[in-house]
Amino acid sequence: MIMKNWQIPEDELLYSGHAACQGCGGALAMRLALKALGENSVVTIPACCWTIISGDVLYNALKIPVFHTAFETAAISAAGLKAGLTMRGLKDTTVFAWAGDGGTFDIGIQSISGAAERNEDIIYFVYDNEAYMNTGIQRSSATPWGAWTTTTPVKHPEDKPKKNIDEIIAAHGVPYQATVNIAFPEDFIRKVQKAKGIKGFRFFHIFAPCPPGWKIPSDISIRAARLATQTNVFPLYEIEHGKNYRVSYMPPKKVPVSEYLKIQGRFRHLKEEDVEFIQKMVNENFDSLLKKHELTHGTLQNIPSPEFYR
Amino acid sequence: MSVKKVLTGNHAVSYGAMVSRVQVISAYPITPQTQVVELLSEMVADGLLKAIFVNVESEHSAMSACVSASAAGARAFTATSAQGLALMHEMLHWAAGDRLPIVLADINRAMAPPWTIWTDQNDSLSQRDTGWMQVYVESNQEAFDSIILAYKVAEQIYLPCMVVLDAFVLSHTSEPIEIYDQEKIDEFLPPYKPMVTIEPGKPIGYGALAGPDTYMEFRYKMQKAMEKAVSVFEKEGKLFGEMFGRTYDLVEPYMLDDAEYVIVTVGAVTSTARVAIQELRKKGEKVGLLKLRVVRPFPFEKLRNILKGKKKVAIIDRNISFGHHGIFYEEIKSALYPLQDRPIVYGYIAGLGGRDVTVGDIIGIYEDMKKRETLDEAIWRGVKL
Repeated sequence: MIMKNWQIPEDELLYSGHAACQGCGGALAMRLALKALGENSVVTIPACCWTIISGDVLYNALKIPVFHTAFETAAISAAGLKAGLTMRGLKDTTVFAWAGDGGTFDIGIQSISGAAERNEDIIYFVYDNEAYMNTGIQRSSATPWGAWTTTTPVKHPEDKPKKNIDEIIAAHGVPYQATVNIAFPEDFIRKVQKAKGIKGFRFFHIFAPCPPGWKIPSDISIRAARLATQTNVFPLYEIEHGKNYRVSYMPPKKVPVSEYLKIQGRFRHLKEEDVEFIQKMVNENFDSLLKKHELTHGTLQNIPSPEFYR
Repeated sequence: MSVKKVLTGNHAVSYGAMVSRVQVISAYPITPQTQVVELLSEMVADGLLKAIFVNVESEHSAMSACVSASAAGARAFTATSAQGLALMHEMLHWAAGDRLPIVLADINRAMAPPWTIWTDQNDSLSQRDTGWMQVYVESNQEAFDSIILAYKVAEQIYLPCMVVLDAFVLSHTSEPIEIYDQEKIDEFLPPYKPMVTIEPGKPIGYGALAGPDTYMEFRYKMQKAMEKAVSVFEKEGKLFGEMFGRTYDLVEPYMLDDAEYVIVTVGAVTSTARVAIQELRKKGEKVGLLKLRVVRPFPFEKLRNILKGKKKVAIIDRNISFGHHGIFYEEIKSALYPLQDRPIVYGYIAGLGGRDVTVGDIIGIYEDMKKRETLDEAIWRGVKL
């Protein structure tokens, strides 16, 4: 199965004067999302790197309106904007929330759960760089097992596995949710375009490397992101109504997680047995995901291979 | 044509929101407020009110929904009490800092612990410095009227407004309310047309990062808006009187012209104080009452003009700033300080957590003030030890 002629809109709704670091996964993620969503959109951004990236009070790096909101309010803020615009007759405008992993997995989860359960007509994006990067790399519940952060120092690195936010959202039975990765822009844009045409609560979990926070050179952030999916650390998939699973990418051959871990300074302290433990967790998670795909489709043969994305 | 209905304070607020044609309501249940939004959700479901009701999972989200809906250009409303208002605190700052004319009805309820559901003013006064205007009402009619007035003022100066009424004393007590002709209300309060809105095609950043070179001007402009709100309240209160027969000012004097002694009240206790003043007047006492209605913006000039030259003033505070005094006592005393002929001011803490403040209590406060010679502060009334 090979899909030629991917359509990626040429419109740029993110100006070049934004304030992101070099190699920022979160900035590239916004660029791709906006290509899919278009200008009839408004975004609400809680406290996160993007509070800074979008520009200070006199500027706006986006070609759509940006509403800045409090840390824990991204989902309800989007729902409030949607309600206000609807009452003014602007029913077709896409309203989306754009939050980091801290604002989503941790402090914002109550508001997300409420909005998801009520099936608010919004799209929620979390750009997940696996720690509180804007405040200086503190651990969040999205930080993976074994990682260094400034609050999980090398002598006592993160000792809990990453919270499974996707299953939490799935438990709400929302119409559409997907994982996407900045290293797979065609898949990213296809999914966002698909979500745009669906009504109700839609959720995107974006894998977005952070060079300073992961201690990687800024020119390998795409490579790190690509390896995360190739090693099954961050599989790509969609869930509809919390029960229909579709895996979007089947790695060609098993690439060991060590390939992903060894290029990042935040994992440098890991011992061989730590890497084995991570490999075991990754295998279990991916197997469980494949079972859900198989339960939905009765086969694994329809999962696209890497050629699909060439 | 106007109609009369017998309504509780809570339902008077619901009707106030309905006739103000609010467009987005977001709320969370809490006693004693809940009836306000119960009735509003029925009004929306029945099509009496064209609005979206967002049934959120917390008060924090309720205020957040109002903030965003208002930023998108809709007229937004919510109601809450005590713990709910405290949970909104962060977003109250957001509403004011974003200059959004949201109206909130706070049914005054004392703060826990210990758990309580009865009235005092510490919940709303804990939010005093968030940049919200605050109006305290004495009756259910005033609650209804004040919601309409709150939108009229808020939408001119771009600051949110809290209308505050006492738990149970007003919220669950029925009184006859005059509901004015909707056409006249629409004439008084036209649709909300904000200067700036979040909408597609206008790629602005709203509430973005402000450094030391830009932040202070935002705060200066909020203060200037508050100062302007004094005259806007006065102007709109007069116009309200011309159109509907009930005039409102920021303060309301009662039997004060020849008074040497003054009692100052805020909220429903004012009605009780009116009776006390009548009884004292029958005995020949030269005492009057000053009701403080709008406490943010604070009506400095009006208070000074009324209280200058009086002998003594007793302020009844249904609140306390721990380690200081009653909050209205602090504020009124400091407002009077620049006067040459300022009266002696005493502060009485009474009625916390819904303890009844009776006509007898207020007469007792008057007698205490009259004979007191030392400059005492934070005088407690009715404490059982």
